Parts: sequence; C-alpha cells; structure tokens
Amino acid sequence: MHGSATLVDVLIGLCLLLVATTATAAVFTRDPARQAVVLGMLGLGLALLFTVLQAPDVALSQLGVGTAVTPLLILLTVRRVRRGGDRATPPGPDAGTDDAGAPR
Amino acid sequence: MSRTARVRLFLCAAAVIAVAYTLACTGLPHFGAAVHPYGARAVGATLKQRTANTISSINFDQRAFDTLGEESILLGSVLGVSALLRRTGSEREARPRPVRVLPSTSLFGVLLLPVALLTGVYIVAHGQLSPGGGFQGGVILATALHLAYVAADYRVLRRIRPRELLDTLDAVAAGAFTCLGVAGLVAGAAYLQNVLPLGTFNTLSSGGLVPVINAAVGIEVGSGVIVLLAYFLDQTIGTESGDGGTEPNRPTDRDEDSPCPT
Repeated sequence: MHGSATLVDVLIGLCLLLVATTATAAVFTRDPARQAVVLGMLGLGLALLFTVLQAPDVALSQLGVGTAVTPLLILLTVRRVRRGGDRATPPGPDAGTDDAGAPR
Repeated sequence: MSRTARVRLFLCAAAVIAVAYTLACTGLPHFGAAVHPYGARAVGATLKQRTANTISSINFDQRAFDTLGEESILLGSVLGVSALLRRTGSEREARPRPVRVLPSTSLFGVLLLPVALLTGVYIVAHGQLSPGGGFQGGVILATALHLAYVAADYRVLRRIRPRELLDTLDAVAAGAFTCLGVAGLVAGAAYLQNVLPLGTFNTLSSGGLVPVINAAVGIEVGSGVIVLLAYFLDQTIGTESGDGGTEPNRPTDRDEDSPCPT
C-alpha cells in the first residue's frame, strides 16, 4: 500500500463511489415504493463492496437481506398502507417525484 | 420541536460524534493492512478448533453468545410481526384469484426454484467450511421459496408454505440454540462452549458444536423469514377489510395519477 494504487484499490474506490451515490439517491428519493428499488440497488453495491474487501460472508447476508427481503417488505407495506388508507387520511406527505439526486 | 432547534440538536450531536469517531479511528490498525491483531488471534483459535471457515468459528464458537442474542432478535421480530399483523375482527380472509403469468416467467420459476433451494441448503450445510452459513443460507432458502409467488401466484405459494409448521419450527430451532449451550454446562464447561468432538479439519462434520448450531440457525432464519414475509403477504393479498369495497388482489392505482392532497 505504498504509493501506486493496485487494481484492488481502484475496485474498492469504484465500489465506495457506487455505494455513496446510491445511498445519496436513496435519501433523496421521496416515494417509498421507488425508495425500495433504490435501496435494493444500494444493497447490491454494498454486496459488491464487501466482496471486493474479501468479506464474502457479509456480502451474502447483504445480498439476501438488503437486496431481496428489505425492499420486498417495504413494497408490501406500501401497498397495504395505500390500499387501507383509501377511506381515512391520505398516505404519506407526497407521492410525487422530486427525487433530486436520483441518477436517471 | 421547531426546525431550527432540530437542526441545532443535529449539528451538536454530529460534532460530538465526528470528534469521538476521529479519536477512535486514530488507534485502529490501517485499512487493508496485512497484519491485524484480532484477525491473527481469531484464525489461530479457529485452526485449534478445526473449523475451516473463521467467520463461522467466530459466530458459532468463539462468540456464540453474541449470535444467540442476534438470533433472539430475529425471533423477537417474528413474534412482534405475528402479534401486530394478525387478522383482526374487522378483517376477513380473501380468496386470491388466479393470476395469468407469462410462460417464460413460469418456466424461469420452475427451473430456478429447485436450484435456489439447493443453493440455500448447500450454503447452510457448508457453513463451517466455506463462506456462508446458517443465516445466509436461511435467507436464501426463504427467498427461494417466494420464486413460486413470482412464477405462479399467491395460491401456489400458500400451498407449498405450511405456515403453522414453520411457525413452530422457528421457535423450536431458536430454542435448540439455547439448549445446545446447556450441553457445555452439562459437560462441566462454560455455557455454549464447544465440547463436542472436533473431527477432521475441512470435512462436513468438523468443528464440533459449530455445524450443529449452524444448522439450528439455518432452520430458524429460514422459517423465520418465511413466516415474516407470510404475515406481510397475508395482509397485502390474503386479507380484505370487513366493511368491503376494496378488492383484495389488485393494488389501487394511485401511484402516479392521484392528485397530491397537500
């Protein structure tokens, strides 16, 4: 680790950048349903980062929980809340699209 | 609390955390360094216990008591969800209608469901040898089962998912972890100490107590996640509110086109 960056260093840097970008995008996405998708992408980025950092155990957990289970739970909750909230108070502050930092 | 007060509170807390974190990080070994004091000790202990995967040795042997706490958190959250999302008096069971699925999607499901289940079992079974283990394999098993929902519909998923049985299995496996710890006490050692014969290094039966606890965790996590998702899916698809009106199997399309109420 003196001076010249190896390929692994470059990969780690790229993965860190990916994680930072998707995490920021997740924060700036206001609609929970979209946020779940961005969260899944963040999970994928984290799994990649853990793999590059030679932590395959953590990467596997992250892949299962962060990419599959958590977004699914959020999506199911959003769907249930939207359906149940039809008569009563309208759900959420804004189902709008001011995802300022989203990369698309 | 007003907005400025909240921002001030956040800035104060952030400053304290930044200073404390910086101070704490100065004493750490460098990032990506070749020598790591904890790593060297953990690998040494792992080799002594004849477990090939250091992470599993740490999780289920060297720091098994920590893992017991983590598994109890999962059991607690499953209990909490089953208490909160149970069907109340004003809700009744809906009959999910069959859903038309693209042939390519169902082919994908039929082909991949067994492969995914096998991957989950493999990762649980080889937890003491290669990356993975009870937790990771359990989550893979649980999510693999839900390919049936993607490739077919909710009725198929409900048929292949015995929720009451998995509910019991979850509790029994969590209890088994606790009881396995008592084995150490019976043998005259500490709670959760690895007292079983250690076997040959790098074989399926090596590591003494590690593969046994690993299997219990795999069953607990797998059934726990399935039950957790089952309650959420039942609330979303399998339940309709008693005062009628809303259709059970179709989300109301208010994602984009509903006028903003604020």
